[in-house]
Amino acid sequence: MYRTMVLTRLLDERMWLLNRAGKIPFVVSCKGQEGSQIGAAFALDPARDYVAPYYRDFGVVLRFGMSARDIMLSAYAKAEDPNSGGRQMPGHFSSRTRHILSGSSPVSTQIPHAVGIALAARMRGEKLVTYTSFGEGSSNQGDFHEAANFAGVHKLPVIFFCENNLYAISVPQNRQLGCAHVSDRAIGYGMPGVLVDGNDVLAVYEAVSQAVLRGLNGEGPTLIEAVSYRINPHSSDDDDRSYRSRDEVEEAKKNDALEVFRDELMRCGVWSKEDEEALRKELQRVVDEATEYAQKAPLAEPETTLDHVYAK
Amino acid sequence: MAEIRMPKLGESVTEGTIGRWLKQIGDSVALYEPIAEVITDKVNAEIPAETAGTLTEIYIKENETVPVGTRIAFIKEAGESGDRETPLVSASREKVEVSALEMPHAKDQDDASRSRYSPAVVRLAQEHNVALDKLRGTGLGGRITRKDVLLAVEQGAKGVKGERASQPSGGGTFATSVEQNPPSSANASSQRAFEPTMSAQKKDASGHLGARDVSMPITPIRRTIATRMKMSKHEIPHAWMMVEADVTGMHQLRARHKAAFREREGIELTYFPFFLRAVAEALKAYPLVNSEWTDDAILIRGDIHLSIAVATSDALVVPVIHNADQLTVTGLAHAVSDLATRARSNRLTLDDVKGGTFTVNNTGAFGSIQSQPIINAPQAAILSVESIVQRPVIRGGDSIAIRSMVNLCMSLDHRILDGFIAGQFIKSVKQRVEAYTVDSDF
Amino acid sequence: MAVKLYIDAIREAMQEEMRQNPNVFVLGEDVGLRGGVFRVTQGMIEEFGPERVMDTPLAESAIVGVAIGAAAYGMRPIAEIQFADFIMPAVNQIISEAAKLRYRTQGDWHCPLVIRAPYGGGVHGALYHSQSVEALFYHVPGLKIVTPATAADAKGLLRAALRDPDPVLYFEHKGMYRAIRDDVPEGDFTVPIGKARVAREGDDLTVITYGLMVHHTLTAAERLAADGISTHVIDLRSILPLDREAILEAARRTGKVLIVHEDNKTGGIGAEVSALIAEEALFDLDAPIARLCGPDVPAMPFSAPLEAFYMLNSTKIEDAMRKLAAF
Repeated sequence: MYRTMVLTRLLDERMWLLNRAGKIPFVVSCKGQEGSQIGAAFALDPARDYVAPYYRDFGVVLRFGMSARDIMLSAYAKAEDPNSGGRQMPGHFSSRTRHILSGSSPVSTQIPHAVGIALAARMRGEKLVTYTSFGEGSSNQGDFHEAANFAGVHKLPVIFFCENNLYAISVPQNRQLGCAHVSDRAIGYGMPGVLVDGNDVLAVYEAVSQAVLRGLNGEGPTLIEAVSYRINPHSSDDDDRSYRSRDEVEEAKKNDALEVFRDELMRCGVWSKEDEEALRKELQRVVDEATEYAQKAPLAEPETTLDHVYAK
Repeated sequence: MAEIRMPKLGESVTEGTIGRWLKQIGDSVALYEPIAEVITDKVNAEIPAETAGTLTEIYIKENETVPVGTRIAFIKEAGESGDRETPLVSASREKVEVSALEMPHAKDQDDASRSRYSPAVVRLAQEHNVALDKLRGTGLGGRITRKDVLLAVEQGAKGVKGERASQPSGGGTFATSVEQNPPSSANASSQRAFEPTMSAQKKDASGHLGARDVSMPITPIRRTIATRMKMSKHEIPHAWMMVEADVTGMHQLRARHKAAFREREGIELTYFPFFLRAVAEALKAYPLVNSEWTDDAILIRGDIHLSIAVATSDALVVPVIHNADQLTVTGLAHAVSDLATRARSNRLTLDDVKGGTFTVNNTGAFGSIQSQPIINAPQAAILSVESIVQRPVIRGGDSIAIRSMVNLCMSLDHRILDGFIAGQFIKSVKQRVEAYTVDSDF
Repeated sequence: MAVKLYIDAIREAMQEEMRQNPNVFVLGEDVGLRGGVFRVTQGMIEEFGPERVMDTPLAESAIVGVAIGAAAYGMRPIAEIQFADFIMPAVNQIISEAAKLRYRTQGDWHCPLVIRAPYGGGVHGALYHSQSVEALFYHVPGLKIVTPATAADAKGLLRAALRDPDPVLYFEHKGMYRAIRDDVPEGDFTVPIGKARVAREGDDLTVITYGLMVHHTLTAAERLAADGISTHVIDLRSILPLDREAILEAARRTGKVLIVHEDNKTGGIGAEVSALIAEEALFDLDAPIARLCGPDVPAMPFSAPLEAFYMLNSTKIEDAMRKLAAF
């Protein structure tokens, strides 16, 4: 779990660096949300469950079998990018074999898809849960409400996981929500709403595990809100200095889930400075290798633009 | 009286079944009181009475299915005997003005569209070598339709090939910037214009194509020229006259200014603009020559726009100098040079070939000393300026001098012009060109 | 062969496919107990149960979005939109998701989804129960669009749609549900998507049309035939992809083409058909390509005379045909 968190963080930082170096055109960062993502993803079973993630969910897809190399291939938009062969921006994950449903840029459209998979699985008598994630801004989209209500009516095993990072690009939560918490909305759709500290990876894990059990037991969907902070700007094309103070960002860094979890592991005596150094060294090498591989990998042939519009 | 009809109970319903009559003949009914149950495949409903009165007629039995709008019952109003039918809205069978469909309208009724050939007609005429001007059009405004051509082909009405015309074509109906490739069709690969092709399908009038004969495809522009030439020659009764003019003064004037003019203006000073100037002035004096024939009237044109014939490598185009009467000889020289250059590089615009009122043809350029030009319809006349040649001429009674002489030939539409006006006009041109001396301004 | 109503042909196609293929199911508003507001799904919940004939909340984006998820998982959902006019909330799902799923994953995921919607006017449906929406989706590669005009095609095209690996918008004209009946072949037959139908043979002029207008055109063609004018009528059936060969062949056949559709003119299907003909068959044309369409107003009014003005009918089509024939 901690390893995946660190790998997510290192990849994230590397991509940010590569973007600033002009090597890759666009990055969305999940820095600060690793606790929410990895806590949730580890409560799921990648062999059984399906995820319809949103574009920041690097931690989730790493848990569901994507490799550092896959992430880098997509950052470089290379032909081998498993999501789309370089057709989509980074962060638009997809892999059928890994149970990752393809996503797009209009927010919230993936939420009804997760409901649809849960519905189809139930029709076929297959036991699984689907997980779909979104930001607090996206929870205002009609698709969120329509899908949550649909799942509520039909008691489908869907986990609606809101990663509240307090900002919808530049708009703070008090300008986004008419209620105090996204999780308060659950009652409107006949499901439990759970509020959890997204910087506490174990708390998130616990909350999502409960939701998985409910789903598998036929008790229907759950709405979970994990509150954390988006340490980086919204994307590599965004400048967050216009809408939030540096003090606020520095303050948030103190609650960084990664730090919090590491300190706890060390306090319990299961992790040491040497362990940390060794892990960082190993993962840095993984990231280096992935970067190098992706950099050298071929781009797609221009003519392939015309492929895959319809089934051949 | 009020007729009750089968109501439309639902958006896609077309018929209804009477389930049960709730009222019988002779029963009195209150306004909106149910009189029958109706069953459709969308809904079951009770039909309310639309007026109060007595049910006097039932036309449809129970369990019978009828289309929406069918009369099912009659209610006679209390104290009323007159009909009070409310007309039902039904699909209107009135002729409705179709605004979404607009056909290009022919300007006038007869034969206005005769020469407007559709792409299909042109292609078929080429493929089967049909002379379109020989066909009767059955389409709108006498337009020759595709079917007319096909019928002609079926009946073996083969036209003779158009003669090679070395005359100015009628300008003004085609854009010269069009790529001059023959239209590609199923059996004609797109070749360069005028590239000779060996084709087994093309035969001469005797149906024979010898081994050394060459069949040359007809380009659309050639086709247009041919069509317009034929039309002009067929429709306009041509008359012809010629005068000769002594342009020795002009010759000397040009010799004197040639070098300086080239230096100053950057173009050659030719004789042609001097003649154009003379023609423009003469047209002002004799406006009837600057006219066209229409069925209702002779249309005298207010502006003087001179068409000039320019030969290009594969066609003859007739660009127009607009308001030529407002230009000096120098201005005309520039206009001629500009139009000729652009004509030869295929850069004429549609405006360049529109609106000519009289055509001047510089046949002298080919060394011709006499020609019979074909009128550039719908204009009234065309004048060609032949070669200026030095000839011994008798002057002042008994002396012979070497003079620069030129023939001016004019074809005229005899419907509009007779010798009287035409003669005065051409004489006026002659006087003007002869008036130049070595000291003239221009 | 048996004569069947258009609406029954649609229902039968669904029933027969559902009996054969357990992955096929219907979801939409009022499709279950009510059997659909037009009774298209009547009796289906009794046969297949509420799981496979599923009443959904009143939320079009969810109906389509959930169906996309189910289709991605391997089911073959039929999402019924109660009226084509109400498809707007689901446009994002249709265009951003269904149309692009295969493309953006290079075929790793795909979306075998059928969306059924009643469209078209002339039934006093007013602004929001009369619209033709095919042109809105027509611009989107990745989708297929069909508009059957006969009961036989309604059944054959729906079956083909339910076996197609890509998303198909199936637009059924509500004015034809109970007005059109024709011979429907027995057994397991399909009508291929992307193939037009010659509805009538002729050689004086060609009319290219689809939907309810096919019938009005055929009526008009009968009247012209009485005057010795013979009309060639093409029923497109498939809007996306268009049957290019059939269109060009029909245009070349007569050299005179009239395109008719109920949908308004600007940017309609007719624009593409005429562009295609102009690109490929110019030298076979004997007249300017003509279009007769609904007027460019936002939607169809409720009031009877206004609706009649908006709707094309056999008389208006006949006028346009006569004009073209005379050219």
